Amino acid sequence: MIALLLRDLRLAFRAGGGFGLGLAFFLIVTVMVPFSVGPQPELLSRIAPGVLWLGALLACLLSLDRLLALDWEDGSLDLLATAPLPLESTVTIKALAHWITTGLPLVLAAPVLGVLLNLPLQGFQWLVISLLLGTPALSVIGTFGAALTVGLKRGGLLMSLLVMPLYVPTLIFGSEVARRGAEGMTVQTPLLLLAGISAASIALLPFASAAVLRVNLR
Amino acid sequence: MSIWEYANPKKFLATSEKVIPALWVSSAVLITVGLIWGFFFTPDDYRQGSTVKIIFLHVPSALMAINAWFMMLVASLVWVIRRHHVSALAARAAAPVGVVMTVIALITGAIWGQPMWGTWWAWDPRLTSFLVLFLFYLGYIALWEAIDNPDTAADLTSILCLVGSVFAVLSRYAVNFWNQGLHQGASLSLDEKENVHDAFSSPLYVCMAGFVLLFLALVLYRTGTEIRARRIKALMARERLEA
Repeated sequence: MIALLLRDLRLAFRAGGGFGLGLAFFLIVTVMVPFSVGPQPELLSRIAPGVLWLGALLACLLSLDRLLALDWEDGSLDLLATAPLPLESTVTIKALAHWITTGLPLVLAAPVLGVLLNLPLQGFQWLVISLLLGTPALSVIGTFGAALTVGLKRGGLLMSLLVMPLYVPTLIFGSEVARRGAEGMTVQTPLLLLAGISAASIALLPFASAAVLRVNLR
Repeated sequence: MSIWEYANPKKFLATSEKVIPALWVSSAVLITVGLIWGFFFTPDDYRQGSTVKIIFLHVPSALMAINAWFMMLVASLVWVIRRHHVSALAARAAAPVGVVMTVIALITGAIWGQPMWGTWWAWDPRLTSFLVLFLFYLGYIALWEAIDNPDTAADLTSILCLVGSVFAVLSRYAVNFWNQGLHQGASLSLDEKENVHDAFSSPLYVCMAGFVLLFLALVLYRTGTEIRARRIKALMARERLEA
């Protein structure tokens, strides 16, 4: 399992792996927001938590089609499926690798972008905590979407259509935590619900992803 | 005599052909009666005036929008567990009907909301969760259309339907949490306090029964079409093989 994780990480970090693209996308989306809504600081600080969450979500979404597609094309997915490691573990590792290469950098970059959007001071910790709790769910759900569309040509748009509705609860609770944190309110309820969604997705969705992948590899 | 006999496409077609005309007629009669009764023979509401009468389209279509997804869920489960092709095709046939019902519910809701709430659309939990349901339907249909192999498509869409149901329910309660609503509570529930008035509920029940039968007729009809389409495909493949 660790060998697989290291392999995926190495592939992502080295040339052509596309590491950092998600991060750059996150940056550019956040920079575009003041251009479209205007530079008033009060307005920006009000919408900052939601914009940052949406940007992180879109950055996650865009990097999903690389998650399984490359392995599918060169046939290593078939090898992984016949390997002694259960396919459930394989997809979990894939999701973890995706999270390390996409989710974690987003979490680390979010406070910097928060400064650009004039996020209130008390909001920073909650923004980071909510992203830290929420992005694993985004990766796991996204892996399910990637597994559904892996065999399709031009599956990218279809995958967005499939994955976006699944992201709704995570987005709602995640940005609610960040918003409440920024406004100085108590965040316990949405925080617990967000953590619950993440935990349940990590526990259950790999089974669905593996089942779907088996169908696609048939 | 068990329900699984209808997993045989031939048996299914033979029976549904007998049932469908009766369903068409009875749903047409019920909807006509219900709508005429509702539109012309119920009093105006003392606050809402005659706009209240759109309820006779709004509530039944919303009911069927949710139940169509539920039916797809059951059909998907049957396909996953027992692998009856008719069931997968029935789930496929129900999706477009469900999406139309969702759109009717959203549009009639907007038409009703404009004079009552002063807005066509509000980010109210019920409205929002219907919009999310609409997106789920779109994804489901798009996945069916995107995959060539019918068995693969049936497998993938059924798993999507199972996972999607869980997330649809989650979203329903998440949006509850996210915004307070303008929408009233249940129109018809066992808790009598929040129900609509009796004068409206009887024609509403008639309309709802009509919509249920209409849905059944449409789904059976469309499933029959899907079965025949697949049969034609098999025949053509055989012909090509022999030629």
